[in-house]
Amino acid sequence: MKHIISALVENKPGVLAHVAGMFAARAFNIDSLVVGRTEDPDLSRMTIVVIGDDRVVEQVRKQLAKIVPVVKVQDFVGKPIVARDLMLITISAPPEKRPELLPLIETFKGKVVDIGPKLLMVEICGPEAKIEAFINVCKPYGIKSVARTGTIAMPRQAKTEQ
Amino acid sequence: MIGQPEWPSGAVVYRNDEYGVYQERYRTMSKSRSSAKSAGTQDKSGLKAGAQIIVDTLIGQGVDTMFGYPGGVVLPLFDRLYDAPIRFVIPRHEQGGCHMADAYARASGKVGVVVATSGPGACNLTTGLATAMMDSVPVVALTGQVRTELIGNDAFQEADTTGVTRPVTKYNCIVKDVKNLARTIREAFYIASTGRPGPVLVDLPVDIQVAKCKADGSDDMELPGYKIRTRGHAKQISSAAAAINASERPVLYVGGGVISANATEQLRAFAEKAHLPVTTTLLGLGSYDQSKPESLDMLGMHGSAYANFAVQECDLLIAVGARFDDRVTGRLKDFAPLAEILHIDIDPASISKNVKVDIPVVGDAKHILAELAKEVKYCERKAWFKKIAEWKKKFPFSYDKNSSSVKPQHIVSELCHQTDGKAIITTGVGQNQMWTAQFYKFSRPRQLISSGGLGTMGYGLPAAIGAQVAKPKETVVDIDGDHSFNMTMTELATAVENKLPIKVCILNNGYMGMVRQWQELFYGKRYSKSYLANPDYAAVAEALGAVGITVDKKADVPKAIRAMLGEKRPCVVDFRIEREENVWPMVAAGKSLNEMDGLDILESMA
Ligand SMILES: Cc1ncc(C[n+]2csc(CCOP(=O)(O)OP(=O)(O)O)c2C)c(N)n1
Ligand SMILES: [Mg+2]
Repeated sequence: MKHIISALVENKPGVLAHVAGMFAARAFNIDSLVVGRTEDPDLSRMTIVVIGDDRVVEQVRKQLAKIVPVVKVQDFVGKPIVARDLMLITISAPPEKRPELLPLIETFKGKVVDIGPKLLMVEICGPEAKIEAFINVCKPYGIKSVARTGTIAMPRQAKTEQ
Repeated sequence: MIGQPEWPSGAVVYRNDEYGVYQERYRTMSKSRSSAKSAGTQDKSGLKAGAQIIVDTLIGQGVDTMFGYPGGVVLPLFDRLYDAPIRFVIPRHEQGGCHMADAYARASGKVGVVVATSGPGACNLTTGLATAMMDSVPVVALTGQVRTELIGNDAFQEADTTGVTRPVTKYNCIVKDVKNLARTIREAFYIASTGRPGPVLVDLPVDIQVAKCKADGSDDMELPGYKIRTRGHAKQISSAAAAINASERPVLYVGGGVISANATEQLRAFAEKAHLPVTTTLLGLGSYDQSKPESLDMLGMHGSAYANFAVQECDLLIAVGARFDDRVTGRLKDFAPLAEILHIDIDPASISKNVKVDIPVVGDAKHILAELAKEVKYCERKAWFKKIAEWKKKFPFSYDKNSSSVKPQHIVSELCHQTDGKAIITTGVGQNQMWTAQFYKFSRPRQLISSGGLGTMGYGLPAAIGAQVAKPKETVVDIDGDHSFNMTMTELATAVENKLPIKVCILNNGYMGMVRQWQELFYGKRYSKSYLANPDYAAVAEALGAVGITVDKKADVPKAIRAMLGEKRPCVVDFRIEREENVWPMVAAGKSLNEMDGLDILESMA
């Protein structure tokens, strides 16, 4: 099962290496890992997607919390959250295909961010499933390259908002 | 009589005179130890050099003893150590120094401190750090590093020390601003010694040691991510007590955590009050007096048959400060199959890591055991203790006492007898370590100092040195294997130089005995690469300034041990033991604890 784990860490050199090293040393699988700044300049947030059964993920959580510069660890599984991925994707799009493609991009609320003679670069943001769906839709046209951020997530404030 | 040298003392030089007798010469130190102009303690502006801040902070942490080896980028620090009130022991190899600091910590309960230079010096610490990490020993390692502006340029003797040591330390960091120096070192001691203890490394670029700053030492620690739970959850303690009170066949399974928590007194009181049989891990030996009838001695791969049977048949396993290592559990899925598992540990990550725990209690064993003792009731458990007594009678640790050869078990038993079971014992790794665990009977904490988790051959001798430095008045004996001893035997010179009257009993079988035993049992006696040509250890000892004795007759064992214990100099006894003796019982890899080999042998000699 997929778990999204969010870790607040001290914004210090070596922390990313420590976290990544721990995952490798303990043979935990990382699906994605995103690090970025937070509202507090001394803290960064790592959002880590891990696949494993409950016992494995429980260990991941505990081992993460044990790392000295890791301040707080949350497992979002089963909690109401907002999760987002960002993707830049370059699709083969000769002019004659564009009338088909543009409404498709529109449907997915994507944004064309660069246009070349034969290619389109699209920015698309959303839950992972939507990103995957868009990739599938683009496949027949020919995908040149993809860059994805991996998931970031935050819990929803009110439980009812789900 | 060789006493402890008073520090600061001159170096002691031993020379071989024409009669082959070792003579001690003291190189007198120049009277004026006031040092170089380069780095005064504090200049007029009230600024202090980083190296001085390091020394002052160490002293502030109560450090009076250090181990370490100099080098280019730690020269500023060593200059400040020149006239610091700190006893300094120089090993012959940084690995030895790290083991010494580790054993110093295990023997004293204080933090062990080791210093090394950058690059090769720091890399030589890694085995020592990993050893301390696996056994949760509080060590602070200080390493020199190349100048900050050279870092990353493959400078001379540069190594990515924090990168190399990250997986083998509880925490490590590099100081890049002298303003953070004092605080970082204080944090290192705090992290090393609290919670589940462990080694912490601080990397110190040489320019930081030279840079000056105002240091009043009052800045607070900044460790927002370091939280330790000390008091156990009251409700969990109550459910633990209820489970204990309801249990008909409990077993208390104690690890080294109880010793590092200084909780052995609480353990005794709790175990007595609830009336529980007690087995320990290798590192737990000494936490509970083995002469007590409730003691089941060590469990696991080479543990006692009665401990292993008891664990397999118990209805409640109470683990305290232990981590369900595979050498303890055997095949995991059959481990303690009938038992509810109660686990007391300071490290939440230890809970349910290997074995699913039913009642976890996270916190300091000292506090939790004291609380538990209040809630448990005495329970006779007659049938259970009767069954245990039967196993004990049927399968005691034993060996062929009538054999004419020198038996390692006999040596350990005799040593235990002659030292009244009171010596501090260190070990190598392999059969020697297991025979020590089986045949020396420990009664107090910090008495057995052995590399359990990592199983580091070569640990025994430097560990004996570190322990003797910590406990100058006690008898310290390294029970070692020949090949383990080979790995670090140069440290004998360190013992001689520092007048540390350690004893070494080499159980010399001419084999990597434990490897040979596996090859005998599982590889059709094909003894592939498991023996080396050994030197004449007594001659080596003499050459290094220690006393050497060789024993190859059974009848000489007691005499030699008596002579060794009476020596005031470091003394090495080379016992030429039965070459193909095995350690029994044995739970082969992948077997469950009750599937022990060698029970017939034990039974026949009971
Ligand atoms: C540094 C290191 N290298 C290799 C091993 C693997 N090993 C475990 S026991 C052993 C043999 C030990 O031989 P010896 O010290 O003579 O002890 P004995 O078993 O003969 O008592 C070896 C090679 C180890 N534990 N540590
Ligand atoms: Mg041997």
